[in-house]
Amino acid sequence: MSVKDRMSGNEAVAYAIKQVNPDVMPAFPITPSTEIPQLVSNYIANNEMDTEFIPVESEHSSMSATIGAEAAGARSLTATSSCGLALMWEELLLAASNRMPCVLTLVNRTLSGPININCDHSDAMGARDTGWIQIFAESNQEAYDNFIQAYPIAEDKRVHLPVMICQDGFITSHAVQNIVLNEDEEVQDFVGEYHPEEFLLNDGNPIAIGPYSISSYAMEARKAQEMAMENSKEVIIEVARRYKEKFGRGFELFEEYKTEDADYIMVIMGSAAGTAKQAVDDLREKGMKVGVLKLRVFRPFPAEELAEALKNAKGIAIMERTESYNGHGGPLCSELRAALYEHKVYTEAVCYTYGLAGRDFTVEHVYDIFNEVNDIVVNGKEYKQHRYINLRTKEV
Amino acid sequence: MGYSLKEIMNKPERLTPGHRMCAGCGATIGVRAVLRALHENDRAVIGNATGCLEVSSYTYPYTAWEDSYIHNAFENAGATLSGVETAYKALKKRGRIPEDVNYKFITFGGDGGTYDIGFQSLSGAMERGHDMVYVCYDNGAYMNTGIQRSSATPRFADTTTTPVGKGSVGKMQSRKDLASIIAEHNVPYVAQTTFTKDFRDIHRKSEKAIYTEGACFLNMLAPCPRGWRYEMSDIMKICQLAIDTCYWPLFEVDHGTWTLSYEPKKKLPIEDFLREQGRFKHLFKPGNEDLIVQFQEEVDRRWEDLLYRCAK
Repeated sequence: MSVKDRMSGNEAVAYAIKQVNPDVMPAFPITPSTEIPQLVSNYIANNEMDTEFIPVESEHSSMSATIGAEAAGARSLTATSSCGLALMWEELLLAASNRMPCVLTLVNRTLSGPININCDHSDAMGARDTGWIQIFAESNQEAYDNFIQAYPIAEDKRVHLPVMICQDGFITSHAVQNIVLNEDEEVQDFVGEYHPEEFLLNDGNPIAIGPYSISSYAMEARKAQEMAMENSKEVIIEVARRYKEKFGRGFELFEEYKTEDADYIMVIMGSAAGTAKQAVDDLREKGMKVGVLKLRVFRPFPAEELAEALKNAKGIAIMERTESYNGHGGPLCSELRAALYEHKVYTEAVCYTYGLAGRDFTVEHVYDIFNEVNDIVVNGKEYKQHRYINLRTKEV
Repeated sequence: MGYSLKEIMNKPERLTPGHRMCAGCGATIGVRAVLRALHENDRAVIGNATGCLEVSSYTYPYTAWEDSYIHNAFENAGATLSGVETAYKALKKRGRIPEDVNYKFITFGGDGGTYDIGFQSLSGAMERGHDMVYVCYDNGAYMNTGIQRSSATPRFADTTTTPVGKGSVGKMQSRKDLASIIAEHNVPYVAQTTFTKDFRDIHRKSEKAIYTEGACFLNMLAPCPRGWRYEMSDIMKICQLAIDTCYWPLFEVDHGTWTLSYEPKKKLPIEDFLREQGRFKHLFKPGNEDLIVQFQEEVDRRWEDLLYRCAK
């Protein structure tokens, strides 16, 4: 049985947290994720869940306490956005390298400065090499579904890594949309009980966590962590399949929308995928063969699968919602083009930066992008890589 | 129950030998003294901020700790143990830890990890009232990175970031009074201690801190032979001079009540403490007499202030 409701993304994730009822949640408020700890605190105050909430004094401490709780044997999580994630950065690395299967629900917001509270992916992308699995949502529904899959992925013996569940600030976190919710028991049954193998409070089997390690050992630890990230791909797929069997929804590493016969494919992450799909429907009515590939899993980066999915496209528009300041595109562009090259998919792939700090991204922009990619492929139009969409002044 | 040094020294060690701390280091003497206050049937989780103690006691694949132990980072020992302690509450509540199993939570940090970079995390943990003890082993500088000044470094000390030179007489500022600051958090128990001949003071205060419910704080003077430049075998003498000159008064704040634990019969001049240490050598050069006077004035001012606070 499932229940139809209307919820914002924050409400949906808080509801999923209530259903999973983890052991410990330290958190510190930051827009636009603040509602999540607020809603959880309300559920606790009204005896609807009995997670231990720690109102810490900073995000650095929220991730530190999450690590402490997880190490002690408790299923733990925190929530944050933007500068909060940046402040945690050191601890993100420690959560992953100490192999803590904790969860962070991230509501994507741009980083300062100028200070701005709206959406882009610069917070998550800044943490892309910290060793966390990163899963992005297009909608409140996906944020909800992804959160429920987080612990089964993180706690799998082949993985033992932390998982970041990302949704777009305000666009997803605050907009109310229809949603289908699972029954509590079904969620609990899906997630299962947490029985860690080794933990601080394991009576009779004390352990030590967080050693100093000399060069003779440290590199093997890094390799083991890297292998866990590689292994996580099959676990993410298994969990997604199990979720779809049980609840009838969801995607594995990415969603392919009308890509099968597409000449041009837009690769995009997060809420803007909805805009892109609408534009694809419109353009298809006019006879243009276009499609959207919505990337769900950014870490581990599904290089081989993406190359396979894109190999027949004549042109690819890679949509970047962050800036790397490296002078030639963002992380999705760099990694995807490397993946295409590695797998010998030599096709036009143009990098577009859009939606920074909450700038609007509309179907008209998608039309323009597909038309330009068409112009490049058909007419050999010369183009500049790494251009910005919808700037106030025309880019030179 | 009476206190017997012989008896407590016969308890099994919870920090085993074989670690890589320096000979004559105060930190391990202090850690062992604190852990001896644990009742034998009680389990513990030990937290540790990054520092000498951490890198020398848990060097993969060896650990010197008999109890469960967690080191996370430099500035977050307070927050990390907050998480561990809360996990204990959660797991106990949910029946995942047997009723009769008791855990205590003790975290160690140097003055760098406690007074400075970890100050916010410590303050947060104390304010939230986690049932834990935070022990600062205060050796008055960042010794692990090579003797840089901290806010616990005494005035005029020669450190590698306050070097004595033609235009410098060492650190310009007096040390932060962290025990008072934590006492002002209104936590149940705060104490300042160090090593005395019978180890009674540190044992009593450790036991009280561990077995008082709520967030407790111990500030423990733990001399460092490298940073202070004293003879390794002289550590007990140095500690005694620290308390007899009233540089490091022994006191406790129990549920808001300030009590002096030791009042020297004869308060010794501060020179007696300074003279033993290479970091103050320059103070004894001709022309620097005034610096010792200034040092003495600050010690006196703080001692008088403490006597006032402890007055009945």
